[in-house]
Amino acid sequence: MKTPLSWITEYVDVPDHVTTDELTARLTLTGLKLEGIASPGAEITGPLVVGRVLTMEPEPQKNGKTINWCTVDVADANGSGEPQGIVCGAHNFAPGDLVVVVLPGGVLPGGFEISARKTYGHVSSGMICSAAELGLGDDHDGIIVLPADAGEPGQDVRPLLGLDEEIIEFEINPDRAYALSLRGIAREVLVSVEGASGFRDPALRETPPANDAGHPVVVEDEAGCPVFVARKITGFDPSAPTPEVIAQRLTAAGMRPISLAVDVTNYVMLETGRPIHGYDADLLQGPIVVRRAREGETLTTLDGTARTLSAEDLVVTDDSGIIGLGGVMGGQTTEMSATTTSVLVEAAHWDATSMFRTGRRHRITSEAGKRNERGVDATICEAAADRVVELLTTYGGGQVDPGVTVVGTPPSMPTITVAGDRAARVSGLDISEERAVAALRAVGCEVSGTGTLEVVPPPWRPDLTDPQDTTEEVIRLVGYDTIPSVLPQAPGGRGLTRTQLLRRRIGRTMAGAGFVEVVTFPFVGDADLDALGLPGDDPRRTTLRLSNPLSSEAPGMTTTLLPALLRTAGRNVGLGATSLAIFEAAPVTVPRASGPAPILPVDRRPTDAELDALDKALPDQPLHLGLVAAGEHEQAGWWGPGRTVTWADAVDAVRTVAGALGLELATRPATTAPWHPGRCAALLLGDVVVGHAGELHPRVCTAFGLPPRSVAAEVDLEVLLQHAVHLRPAPSFSGYPVAKEDVALVVDETVAAADVEAALREGAGELLESIRLFDVYTGEQVGPGKKSLAFALRFRAPDRTLKEGESAAARDAAVRVAGERTGAVQR
Amino acid sequence: MSGPNTEYDPVEVTPLKADEVEAMRDAAIAAISAAPDLEALKTVRLEHVGDRSPLALANREIGALPPQARKDAGQRVGQARGAVNKALAERQVQLEAEHEERMLVEETVDVTLPTDRVRRGSRHPITLQSELVADIFVAMGWEIAEGPVVEAEWLNFDALNLGPDHPARTMQDTFWTEPADHHVVLRTQTSPVQARTMLTRKPPIYVACPGRVFRTDEYDATHSPMFHQVEGLVVDEGITMAHLKGSLDHLASQLFGDGIDTRFRPSYFPFTEPSAEVDVRCFVCRGIDSASCRTCRGEGWIEWGGCGVVNPRVLVACGIDPDTYSGFAFGMGIDRSFMFRHTLEDLRPLFEGDVRFSSAFGSEI
Ligand SMILES: [Zn+2]
Repeated sequence: MKTPLSWITEYVDVPDHVTTDELTARLTLTGLKLEGIASPGAEITGPLVVGRVLTMEPEPQKNGKTINWCTVDVADANGSGEPQGIVCGAHNFAPGDLVVVVLPGGVLPGGFEISARKTYGHVSSGMICSAAELGLGDDHDGIIVLPADAGEPGQDVRPLLGLDEEIIEFEINPDRAYALSLRGIAREVLVSVEGASGFRDPALRETPPANDAGHPVVVEDEAGCPVFVARKITGFDPSAPTPEVIAQRLTAAGMRPISLAVDVTNYVMLETGRPIHGYDADLLQGPIVVRRAREGETLTTLDGTARTLSAEDLVVTDDSGIIGLGGVMGGQTTEMSATTTSVLVEAAHWDATSMFRTGRRHRITSEAGKRNERGVDATICEAAADRVVELLTTYGGGQVDPGVTVVGTPPSMPTITVAGDRAARVSGLDISEERAVAALRAVGCEVSGTGTLEVVPPPWRPDLTDPQDTTEEVIRLVGYDTIPSVLPQAPGGRGLTRTQLLRRRIGRTMAGAGFVEVVTFPFVGDADLDALGLPGDDPRRTTLRLSNPLSSEAPGMTTTLLPALLRTAGRNVGLGATSLAIFEAAPVTVPRASGPAPILPVDRRPTDAELDALDKALPDQPLHLGLVAAGEHEQAGWWGPGRTVTWADAVDAVRTVAGALGLELATRPATTAPWHPGRCAALLLGDVVVGHAGELHPRVCTAFGLPPRSVAAEVDLEVLLQHAVHLRPAPSFSGYPVAKEDVALVVDETVAAADVEAALREGAGELLESIRLFDVYTGEQVGPGKKSLAFALRFRAPDRTLKEGESAAARDAAVRVAGERTGAVQR
Repeated sequence: MSGPNTEYDPVEVTPLKADEVEAMRDAAIAAISAAPDLEALKTVRLEHVGDRSPLALANREIGALPPQARKDAGQRVGQARGAVNKALAERQVQLEAEHEERMLVEETVDVTLPTDRVRRGSRHPITLQSELVADIFVAMGWEIAEGPVVEAEWLNFDALNLGPDHPARTMQDTFWTEPADHHVVLRTQTSPVQARTMLTRKPPIYVACPGRVFRTDEYDATHSPMFHQVEGLVVDEGITMAHLKGSLDHLASQLFGDGIDTRFRPSYFPFTEPSAEVDVRCFVCRGIDSASCRTCRGEGWIEWGGCGVVNPRVLVACGIDPDTYSGFAFGMGIDRSFMFRHTLEDLRPLFEGDVRFSSAFGSEI
């Protein structure tokens, strides 16, 4: 809400010593936040004066234009007192008119410096200004012609045009709709600023009593439209200009002046907060009827949009059909125009909820709608309509029709029962009941009772409905800045949960392993999933869709972290990172067949079953860990060549994380997108596949702009977190000597090393302390289709030194089992 | 080797001659000290101390002496061998020390060579900032509550006093999921976690809820469809706005430095009533000579978040008796706090995953 300061002080007196900064600081502290103070003439410097046109010679030019060579009296403002010669392209003035002249040395908005310059064969010493050139709206039709009594030539023109006016912008909270008016702002000044006095309520005026002579109005939906006031004027001059002060104030408020009739309705809305609608009365056919629309009825609104209406929309109709969307926007057929001479003024009170729904349904945001949906004073319809009629006839002539239509009565305000000490208890401040009552009365409430207060809010405060609302009023007037600072003493807490600690550990482990954490958006689209090479039936293609995604290319909630990670990796590569390793730990969204989440009551705690139904309606959102690495895992240097990242690094990164949680993961071959079908490991915790790791499919590397042989992994951390080892018993170790046995086993290339190792482990028996595969050999010595696996076995007994030959026997037993299970032959 | 001689043998044997024993000793000692290195010392050891060395041979002869002569000869040869062994041991130590010293000099490397064989990893600054904030609350005895990102409409709105027709719903641009009649949204705030906490726990409740939230904002320098928030909730007996102020002042001083406090301005949030905007004192200029301060743009204060006294309607919907308990709640952007704490003017680097950005913060902020 923007308003000139002078408009505010039209309704309330502020002591002279209160500066604008002090005034706005005070209002900010009580709830009207200052957004900014601007002055329309802030960008204009130098001489800007009133000039009287003395002579004016039209001079046709070769380019078809006609310019006027003028002499203008600016008195002593030019230093000489001689008439000023100025070339002007506009024609909407005549000798004798008072105009606005910027003299050489002046600067207009946009840094436009004025100097005497040669043009069209004359030296033009300055410029006669239009409103647009001064930054006052976008009217380029001609220069400003000041009223004949506006002032004397040579006089500074700024005060006359309101250019030195301070325009204050307030941010108005949704609950303070009353402050979307000068009436409300002035009242806030009265209660907030010390020494402010003399509030003059613009909505407090004598209005003629209702009679039957007015335009007939029937309200069929009293709940939707409790009050409908109609007044009429005839013989109005549609060409009458809007008075400068009204135009300036509308412009300051950010509303474009259009015509006197429209401007006056807007002006009264800003003044009183009551939206007004004006109809061309001559275009109305028969009585006005207010009702709900019938589903599917149509209306073309003022903005030219044809709208299909819902049965919930409130409409204004006449014999011709629907003529307006009540309280939200008028219709085209009865719109006021440049030929309107009879105006029917509507000031009606509308149901706020209905206004909100209609505005949202039809995506209409208007100044009227904004006020109607937040709550307007229902008691000022007659006053507002009367004010409109007064302004229209004052500036546009015509006669006030004696008919005064008033349908309905304003709804009464509720009584709020609140403890007198509630504000004190809530704020922690020492607020006496007397102070609380005084504050409530200051904002317009009627208060009775002691100990327990009965509070009736004023009609302009429909936002006050609960004890907590009146409590806020009291505390804000006492002053939020007086609330002391007291740290509450929490009972001993339990610290971070185990899961929270483990998640931190996962992040630190990944960073320790050389990976850089990134944060990505969880939105995904088919193109991403195609780029991963996911087959058509891959469950990761089933995403939870958004109704209103930011991009139609990513309308789903992702089921996998990989697309965003691969894109991020590709972006880094594009920026010149030849090697990189990134990770993210974030939830993914896995839809499941579920019913809707019920909208539960709010007047009681839902039952556990109801809450359960809410949770059941939500998708699974498991925490995943994703990683991508490309290029060199260890870089080249003086120590030798670098080492390109391999599938094994991806597997090991996940195993390192699992290890940090006390878990060991097994692997087995898998053929899962987006991985290389021969270089992808399924990672298993026991029998449960928790994720996959390996080298990316070459096509995926290409699709995301990654170097060949880039690697990736993705695991479900939920399973790992669930099984993370807690309270591990301390180990004990044998102090007896170790016996080492190495074996090299030749197997078919297709045999998994893990299977050979498992067989060895089983065959070796209890004396086996550890086993480690330390070499894999393929080549001539083992023959085609074969590989040799070299294992180091360590044997030790817990309670004695092994006897001669004991470890060899265990080794032989191990080799035997490996031979039986996997066809392994010792080399 | 001959056994001890039990018979008198008139032959005069070497050990009896003191000067010869001394000569052997001196020759050995001279050779030892002349040995230039450990290798040479090894040869000297063979020559003068080994089984065939003169002193060893002399020693062997002692047994052949008449008993009356043995003691004297044994003493003489023993002393000589002792002196030689001692000299040998000393020379051994000396030469080893010299060898080690030389070897260490030879093995000198250029320690200014790069050592970055394996790249450093790092964590994301927003993760770190969230953990920092969580730790501040945990230190106050609060706990960290969490909840789902894809959330039931009722928990994101209705339970928080944002009914279906509440004008404030238009303040938040919500991502809705399909089908619309399933009433599932991407949470627009972490407040549903507060509701979940109140629904499942009994007061006293002291929790903070950090997490990611979503709004349908176009992505630009100051808006992101996904960002991070932390909200706090306290429900206990006798909780007032003073406790709210105290908690926020504490958080501000912990995050931004001693003496950094907050101020309240009346505001409106359906979840709370009374409600306030909370500004944090600019930690750069501290509100003194703010005019040229870029961090607060001359205001002396920085808009930080919203807060207020939990609306009794919310307590009722969450099953808490508003006559017994009262509470406060607040919320602020983690990204935003990070941005002004680290003078970042464009939030996009937080979500673009340029490794240079995260790497700059390492694993601690
Ligand atoms: Zn500052």
